[in-house]
Amino acid sequence: MSQFAINLIFVGGSFALYIAIAIWARAGSTKEFYVAGGGVNPVMNGMATAADWMSAASFISMAGLIAAGGYANSTFLMGWTGGYVLLAMLLAPYLRKFGKFTVPEFIGDRFYSKNARFVAVACLIIASVTYVIGQMTGAGVAFSRFLEVESDTGLIIAGVVVFLYAVMGGMKGITYTQVAQYVVLIIAYTIPAVFISLQLTGNPLPPLGLFSEHTESGMPLLQKLDLVVRDLGFTDYTADVSNKLNMVLFTLSLMIGTAGLPHVIIRFFTVPKVSDARWSAGWALVFIALLYLTAPAVASMARLNLLNTIYPAGPTADAIQYTERPDWIKNWEQTGLIKFEDKNSDGRIQLYNDKSDSFKQVATERGWNGNELTVNNDILVLANPEIANLPSWVIGLIAAGGLAAALSTAAGLLLAISSAVSHDLIKGSINPNISEKGELRAARISMAVAIVVATWLGMNPPGFAAQVVALAFGIAAASIFPALMMGIFSKRVNNKGAIAGMLAGLLSTVIYIFLYLGWFFIPGTNTFDNVQANWLLGISPLSFGAVGAMINFVVAFAVSSATEAPPKHIQELVESVRYPKGAGTATGH
Amino acid sequence: MTEHDRNAAAYWSANLRLIVGSLIVWALVSYGGGILLRPLLSGISVGGTDLGFWFAQQGSILTFIALIFFYAWRMNKLDKEFDLHEE
Repeated sequence: MSQFAINLIFVGGSFALYIAIAIWARAGSTKEFYVAGGGVNPVMNGMATAADWMSAASFISMAGLIAAGGYANSTFLMGWTGGYVLLAMLLAPYLRKFGKFTVPEFIGDRFYSKNARFVAVACLIIASVTYVIGQMTGAGVAFSRFLEVESDTGLIIAGVVVFLYAVMGGMKGITYTQVAQYVVLIIAYTIPAVFISLQLTGNPLPPLGLFSEHTESGMPLLQKLDLVVRDLGFTDYTADVSNKLNMVLFTLSLMIGTAGLPHVIIRFFTVPKVSDARWSAGWALVFIALLYLTAPAVASMARLNLLNTIYPAGPTADAIQYTERPDWIKNWEQTGLIKFEDKNSDGRIQLYNDKSDSFKQVATERGWNGNELTVNNDILVLANPEIANLPSWVIGLIAAGGLAAALSTAAGLLLAISSAVSHDLIKGSINPNISEKGELRAARISMAVAIVVATWLGMNPPGFAAQVVALAFGIAAASIFPALMMGIFSKRVNNKGAIAGMLAGLLSTVIYIFLYLGWFFIPGTNTFDNVQANWLLGISPLSFGAVGAMINFVVAFAVSSATEAPPKHIQELVESVRYPKGAGTATGH
Repeated sequence: MTEHDRNAAAYWSANLRLIVGSLIVWALVSYGGGILLRPLLSGISVGGTDLGFWFAQQGSILTFIALIFFYAWRMNKLDKEFDLHEE
């Protein structure tokens, strides 16, 4: 059977499963549509949250980023897991007790202001739409590689599939579909990793393999990797970082952003009780950690395998001939994500760090004239089974897994967007008397519109996926998280303080990002070059969300203390969310 | 202040103490062990590298899981002790 047919079976089979689940779990009421009827078991909810949370960025990109950056990119590992500690202790149980459908609804009620609710809706929509574009682009790339279609065609297929199960099933359908998607994506991620860990270290558990001995050389794997990359002029894989302030702030931005992303928060509205919301956050992190503990092993092992493929006799010997390159390089060359240019015309592939000044002399002595192979970081996980010569069914599996990751996150985000439009905008202000049926229809229409917009933007992305995702995290960190936290932990912060804080956090973050990455991400319009020398105190635009969050807190407290205290019934509302007793199921009224 | 209010206030400050304690550990393993204190821990070697690298790529994630389950277990117990749990 051809590789194409195998991919088709795995991808097609998993899609048929998702759609079948959506039909079985059709939502009939707004409550089933928004919060799955509030009756999802915490372990199951944890699994669905994990699928919701782990997107194309976690599945496809992250290991590639760690492989390229080594220790310096550990920020993603800590940042994208540490946010769950904040969620479990600072937000989830209290928002579950509050018991409404959406995040803006809490902000609007707690800060007794329609304007606050509008600002929250705006932050939510900007954060979610920018994030969903990245998912659609990721799905498009995976489709085009594995189904051998144009990437635009791949995007449209992805849009149609998400449309079918998200629009029909709502949160109820999405929850059960996401449980299935989690199973598919975790199997797809770990199976190749186990094979590769066995090949390199003899240890079947990748997280242990990472710190084990490399069988071939007899030295620890990470030490071997340090030696190989050093011989090619790269920084040591385990080398420390000098700009610690930026590393701390970037990790903090990712953590706060995780806790502030609306599609993750609404998952905790779907469990029956406050105590379940606490357990659910723990289970979510367990299921996320299965991938996040495997990813650093995949990263280091894939980097070593890649360099061994190019330098079969070791990095100090000759590289392979271009004509003898393995099939996976040929396959990925067709997508343009691997490029080769024979700069010194010796017919061999030299892969090394040509930006290192201290390595220039060695390169000249060896007759090298610049790095000749450019490998896009994003292909690493997808190409991993091919690099390690694993059987072809593993390649089909990884295709299905990457798509499951992208589509489950896209569906969760689209649900958050549609509930903000139909519940917060239409029912909350434009037409409060809308019937439940009418609201459900409005939710489905707004989801359909969001899918069309996201698919279209996915074909014409406003910037690199990483930039877009950074904006989504920055907005969530700087606007939504502080407002929610102050709403629960302070009785003194009032409507004026909350609105001023959200706007100050949002604007400072967005402007700082635009200054370096271009206004509205239009290339060439940036005010300063995006290099460390230009950054304020060495803080990169991607790390600024944490600073924006601090600005939000300071402004909100300053404005609140200069104006009147919130009315008595609001202070009582804050009291009531703090104690689990008396929580009903989530309602929209 | 009624008996009920005093009970509720005691519950809330117990919750806050638990959160502060947990977040200190949370910050120590990630920002401490994984980033800022890494040079200090460089003498302790773990499988071909140092303890700071292990915290950054594995240790902090494992600690986060333990923290959330510990917090959930303690809080669900406190809910009952203070009679503020759901029926």
